[in-house]
Amino acid sequence: MADPDTSAAVRAGLAVGLAVAAYGVSFGALAVASGLDVWQTCVLSLFMFSGGSQFALIGVLASGGAAAGPAAITSAALLGVRNSLYSMRMSPIIGGPWWRKLLAAQWTIDESTAVSTAQPTLRGQKTGFWVTGAVIYVGWNLTTFLGALLGDLVGDVRQYGLDAAAAAAFLGLLWPRLRARQPIAVAAGAAVVAALLVPVLPPGLPVLAAALVAVVVGITNWLGAKAAA
Amino acid sequence: MNIWTVILLASLIVMLLKLVGYLVPPSFMERPTPSRVANLLTVALLAALVVTQTLEREHDIVLDARVPAVGVAAVLLVLRAPFIVVVLSAAVVAAVLRLLGWMS
Repeated sequence: MADPDTSAAVRAGLAVGLAVAAYGVSFGALAVASGLDVWQTCVLSLFMFSGGSQFALIGVLASGGAAAGPAAITSAALLGVRNSLYSMRMSPIIGGPWWRKLLAAQWTIDESTAVSTAQPTLRGQKTGFWVTGAVIYVGWNLTTFLGALLGDLVGDVRQYGLDAAAAAAFLGLLWPRLRARQPIAVAAGAAVVAALLVPVLPPGLPVLAAALVAVVVGITNWLGAKAAA
Repeated sequence: MNIWTVILLASLIVMLLKLVGYLVPPSFMERPTPSRVANLLTVALLAALVVTQTLEREHDIVLDARVPAVGVAAVLLVLRAPFIVVVLSAAVVAAVLRLLGWMS
């Protein structure tokens, strides 16, 4: 711990981890409001453990119920694709035997990757990853459970504005990604496509159709910086 | 589709996606196009979810208390408020508007 790189990584991991763990309360409450029971909500945080995918799953289930199951699964999976990018970036940093990578995989999310790759040395990168992953995993699951109990008490979703809270949660997850022209254009395009298709397609499908905007812009690299990757 | 099936299947897929990056050679995603599509996919899905969660009700587009609530959330995000404050404020705005009987 005397190593300054290690202690800097620990501090960053704790700070980010504790802040993010607090989202778990909103996830737990919204999941119950969207029709899941407390156990189903907790299983999602234990096994899926990826905020965007979890919010997407309950968002689609809230609008379409169990009938929207396939669309809910697809939305969650598509939002999970970026974790594959992170694990590719983390693989050389984690190193070691296969079982260590297997353990690391479940904790490979936005925040653990961000804290890790921001550290200047390999040692700090390893420490940053494991500390952030551990703090968020434990915190997220505890606060999910608390939020789910709270949501159970609340009952009527709309009376307490929980439907608006879910929309704000998605906006909060989207916001930090709108730093360049290309993602802003994709967000605007996807928003228009989804709004136009809501009255036409069954619940869940407008969101998936909007994902095509990303595929088209991503492949053509429209509005993209030349060196962007 | 049973809710438990949806939860377990989706969880399994998301877990496997995390594992995939540790198994494939790093060269694939280092190419710019797959990595750009994956990042933009996240943006498109979240933007679409903001819209449906704000405007969709019973298979239609409806303007109700969620719209000003999300507007307040956007202002708070511009002011760099923490996530939990943004989410709670949106809930409070919508709840108060509905309590007053405006834009139910």
